[in-house]
Amino acid sequence: MFDSQELYQEIVMDHNRRPRNFGSMTDSTATSEGFNPLCGDQITLFLKVSEDIVEDISFEGVGCAISKSSASMMTEGVKGKSVEEALTVFEAFREMITAKSDGSKDSEILGDLEILKGVAQYPTRIKCATLSWHTLQAALQGTERDISTE
Amino acid sequence: MLDVQKIRNDFPILGREVNGHPLVYMDNAATTQKPRQVIQALVDYYENFNANVHRGVHTLSMEATDMYEDARKKVAKFINAGDPDTVIWTRNASESLNLVAYSWARENVESGENIVLTPMEHHSNLVPWQELTREKNAAIRYIPLDNEGVLDLSDIDSIIDDRTALVSVVHMSNALGTVNPIKKLCDLAHARGAKFLVDGAQSVPHMVVDVKEIDCDFMAFSGHKMMGPTGIGCLYAKKDVLEGMKPFLTGGEMVLEVSYEKASWADLPMKFEAGTPNIADAIALGVAVDYLEDIGMANIDEYERDLTGYALNKFIDVEEEGGKLFGPRNPDQRGGIISFDTPDIHPHDLGTLLDQMGIAVRTGHHCAMPLVRSLGVAATSRASFYVYNTKKEVDVLIEGILEAMRYFRDGVR
Ligand SMILES: Cc1ncc(COP(=O)(O)O)c(C=O)c1O
Repeated sequence: MFDSQELYQEIVMDHNRRPRNFGSMTDSTATSEGFNPLCGDQITLFLKVSEDIVEDISFEGVGCAISKSSASMMTEGVKGKSVEEALTVFEAFREMITAKSDGSKDSEILGDLEILKGVAQYPTRIKCATLSWHTLQAALQGTERDISTE
Repeated sequence: MLDVQKIRNDFPILGREVNGHPLVYMDNAATTQKPRQVIQALVDYYENFNANVHRGVHTLSMEATDMYEDARKKVAKFINAGDPDTVIWTRNASESLNLVAYSWARENVESGENIVLTPMEHHSNLVPWQELTREKNAAIRYIPLDNEGVLDLSDIDSIIDDRTALVSVVHMSNALGTVNPIKKLCDLAHARGAKFLVDGAQSVPHMVVDVKEIDCDFMAFSGHKMMGPTGIGCLYAKKDVLEGMKPFLTGGEMVLEVSYEKASWADLPMKFEAGTPNIADAIALGVAVDYLEDIGMANIDEYERDLTGYALNKFIDVEEEGGKLFGPRNPDQRGGIISFDTPDIHPHDLGTLLDQMGIAVRTGHHCAMPLVRSLGVAATSRASFYVYNTKKEVDVLIEGILEAMRYFRDGVR
């Protein structure tokens, strides 16, 4: 009846049903809240950054499949990376999702996240996909500030 | 019984396909589709009559003025306003509500008084009163809802009291479908000396609405939700109330006499219509009113009630899979707006999947954020009907919802 190949691929559905790194964190070094008042999507992000490395990351919240799977894949994509590398992934993801690139040149950086490139064809859904990333950026920048004041 | 197929044939857009499927348009609470007659009226006006109104002695201007004022008469008759001067053109219901907030309430609501609303108001009948009551140091009171989304009037005598300046209530909720007991509330307001405003944005397009019978002081509605063009709406108000009000916007068209120092105001309705009005869209709204009256509002109401009853029955299939219906069960207490939540699939994902099947529904907070939050969800999905929707389309909708729910739950198509 419907063709949702580009948007709701099996990997997306899987992350939606069983989001990875889902839950709060007691020993986080930074947290950040993301909220999209237009659709009610809400995310809380927990980060543990040590010596400029994202050692651990988790999230909680409610949202659609696109926002949840994007957050879930994001946590997998940036865990273990340096803060700068994490921001590079964000940049590549943002370019892909706003159709500035098709993701292929950044395939290596993006990994599974490339699955979400179909979202670029659904302008009303782009914000769903980027919510967790903006939240991450805010948390990382908070962390960076913390680090620089140490 | 009305002939739906004949009606559908008047709506060119209903013949189109979306994502390879015939369009099933069920976002009528947001805006309705337009019949060919209305679209043609716009073309006809611009091709044959275009001129400014109320100012020329030439033929085109006189003809345009006649058509424009005829449209006002049609709308006045449609809501049984009596005097066409009590119908003010605005851009939409939101502007009508703001007109009352700025021109009437700013002069008439005092510190310590209150304005009574319901928890199911559209932001357009909420935010203007929040602004006003903050400015005036007045209060907003809410009539509570029961758990079906129906107003609970058990404590109404302490809510509407002698300090109530205005009771402003949505006739049919765009978020729940609930139809409120407007006449009763109007009588209660008047008994306490308060004015009564009806937000008729969702009722005027779908049922017989008679402002004389309700006896309301104000009523706001939008043309685009009743087969008319966007950009044209109406405010009805009682004549003595309008006469006592200051203008909303000032400038051309709305003045009687102007010197370098001051101006006096034109008579009703022009006192409230500064500047060149939306002539073409007003005329086309008049044609939409003709179209609706040709079918008959009572027939439309009856047809939609039957369709809604059918949809509510069908919706039991969705409820059996865990779906949740908001708003009253009883078709007599509601209009053709079905607002619901589905387990395992977020409204936005449902909206996107239904769109892939050609079905247009609205997902989100429906400009009633506090209400939707109070339902315990971040968003709902909403299917809203008009007289051109069919039972077959309802079947397609329900099947689509079930299919999307299954796909999200177990990945099976
Ligand atoms: C109940 C209700 N009131 C007011 C409005 C505002 O109408 P408009 O956006 O045309 O001003 C709407 C439209 O969604 C509505 O449903």
